[in-house]
Amino acid sequence: MGVGPRPCYPTGAMTKPTPPISSDANLLDKVWNAHTVRELPSGQTQLFIGLHLIHEVTSPQAFAMLREMKLPVRFPQRTLATVDHIIPTLSQQRPLADDLAEKMMGAIETNCAEHGIRLLDTASGQQGIVHVIGPELGLTQPGMTIACGDSHTSTHGAFGAMAFGIGTSQVRDVLATQCLALSKPQVRRIDVSGKLRPGVYAKDVILAIIRELGVNGGVGYAYEYGGPAIDAMSIEERLTVCNMSIEGGARCGYANPDETTFEYLRGREFAPRGAAFDRAVGWWKSLASPPGATYDDRVELDGNAIAPSVSWGINPGQNIGIDERLPFPADAPPEERVSLEEAYGYMSLKPGEPIEGTPIQVAFIGSCTNGRISDLREAARVARTGRVAPGVKALVVPGSQAVARQAEAEGLHEVFRAAGFEWRLAGCSMCLAMNPDKLVDREICASSSNRNFKGRQGSPTGRTLLMSPAMVAAAAIEGRVVDVRGVL
Amino acid sequence: MTAIDRIEGRACVLRGNDIDTDRIIPARYLRAITFDGLGEHAFEDDRIQAKGDHPFDDERFAGASLLIVGANFGCGSSREHAPQALMRSGFRAFIGESFAEIFAGNCTALGLPYAMLDADDLAALMDAVVLDPEQPVLLDLEARTVSSRAGTVAAKIPDGVRRQLLEGSWNATRVLLDAGEAIEATSARIPYLNDFPG
Repeated sequence: MGVGPRPCYPTGAMTKPTPPISSDANLLDKVWNAHTVRELPSGQTQLFIGLHLIHEVTSPQAFAMLREMKLPVRFPQRTLATVDHIIPTLSQQRPLADDLAEKMMGAIETNCAEHGIRLLDTASGQQGIVHVIGPELGLTQPGMTIACGDSHTSTHGAFGAMAFGIGTSQVRDVLATQCLALSKPQVRRIDVSGKLRPGVYAKDVILAIIRELGVNGGVGYAYEYGGPAIDAMSIEERLTVCNMSIEGGARCGYANPDETTFEYLRGREFAPRGAAFDRAVGWWKSLASPPGATYDDRVELDGNAIAPSVSWGINPGQNIGIDERLPFPADAPPEERVSLEEAYGYMSLKPGEPIEGTPIQVAFIGSCTNGRISDLREAARVARTGRVAPGVKALVVPGSQAVARQAEAEGLHEVFRAAGFEWRLAGCSMCLAMNPDKLVDREICASSSNRNFKGRQGSPTGRTLLMSPAMVAAAAIEGRVVDVRGVL
Repeated sequence: MTAIDRIEGRACVLRGNDIDTDRIIPARYLRAITFDGLGEHAFEDDRIQAKGDHPFDDERFAGASLLIVGANFGCGSSREHAPQALMRSGFRAFIGESFAEIFAGNCTALGLPYAMLDADDLAALMDAVVLDPEQPVLLDLEARTVSSRAGTVAAKIPDGVRRQLLEGSWNATRVLLDAGEAIEATSARIPYLNDFPG
């Protein structure tokens, strides 16, 4: 049985009326309420998880714990598996060259078979990064609670879902009970006003938000993104924004469902169909935070003022506009100075220098942040303007097999190849260094991924500059960081 | 499950803010189907780059069971491998200015308490322990305090987490199973699991 739009178990009468909720409740209040099983003695809430996504890295130990506790998977039809982190992007021929990776593949195959969980592997034609396939298959829907053993689960909030990244013991909890014990987060509404300028993308918006609020500014909060600039975004752009909520310390992030959301879902494999779709839209609309909803905090950013952004340090908050110069630690609040000095030490960059012009050796386009078709289209627009600079290794890694097929149907792979980019198979690739795609030594990588942590891209001393896919493509062609607005 | 009301032992001081889980346990060690052996790789790349000048290589801190850290410790990846690696290298509790939420949740699930101190109290504790690493440090969950030779200071521990540790109910699976049929009853009233009844 698959995770499907049809009822997975008998359609019961509504056994217990949902407790009343005030008319100024925000989306999180409503979704939280709809999934509450009970309040726990600890004061936390036992929350039903509507969709559980698993992958090969954080699930094997959870299945082992389940086996040790002699427990079955409670709702196997509400869990869906894929392989993304360790999968190579050059050849996915089995057995994989890396014995450890092959062992992990074997483990997820065995665990899924044993427990009746659907696995979207490379043979399925639907494999890809877990946060890319959930949305594109229509599995991710408004009003759902979603959990996955991966911090970027916040991505799915783009649909107005509440999506939590969890650890392996919590994966065990969900497998065994389809529930999590959680404390209800506060909600911070983030309004992005105005209109984004040409060459400014969703990636720049979320980098600007994290720069403004800090990498731990979101602790204790869910971020609700709204305002004209968010309303004008496609679902894929909202996915990029919500994806990096966790980089701002927020447990999850979401945008309210609207016509853009409903049209995206219409006709997708796991979305409701026919009359059920119309009924679903009615429910989805009822969940959106109303104008005048109550929030625990509110912040506004001017979307007109956001520039193409580039990270220069060792956390995603350490980023600046392409036309700015690197900050002086002396100008920063005292508690931030140590982190800034540490970042300069690691990156070998100097305060007061422009980020524009920084030479790069690697360019990576892909990841759950920016590995969707719209990202590849924007990167291809830039790739059409030149050729990858000598000495630069440039990779384009589609986020899923479906993204790859679509890109190939549009001829984007030929655009990239003609420009000197490598066109790879779907996976997490160079975002996180668990597969053969890695930086070497002190290489600097212009990357469309989400983290610029020390050693993140596989060389313990490698350096990452985060930016939008179009900016990465421009950097690949010039061999140094440039302003994509001069290229487009 | 064991109730945890106090952790006492020697402490190790690891300064710095925003220390992410990629640094705690580099991703290459996540290529495994168990958590075995992670302890020896905790902070491996930081330690190599520090050429021996890392708290984890400082003999004065050897055998420490409390880890004292800065702000936003454990940010980034949700990998439970991070607290697993620290637990397997001997740590049983964390004291810091603040902790990233997923990391904190993973600690709770493993029965590893974490406590937050005011920045000034934390700085004083760090200095005291660096000066005299032999001294015992006590995290008292019942009293919500941290004691050392520098004195006793108030510690913040989220209520729910504290109660789970004190009651020994930190393995959530058992607690969640206690809901019984209420789980199925909840699923029966969630619209998307029931073909969106009008």
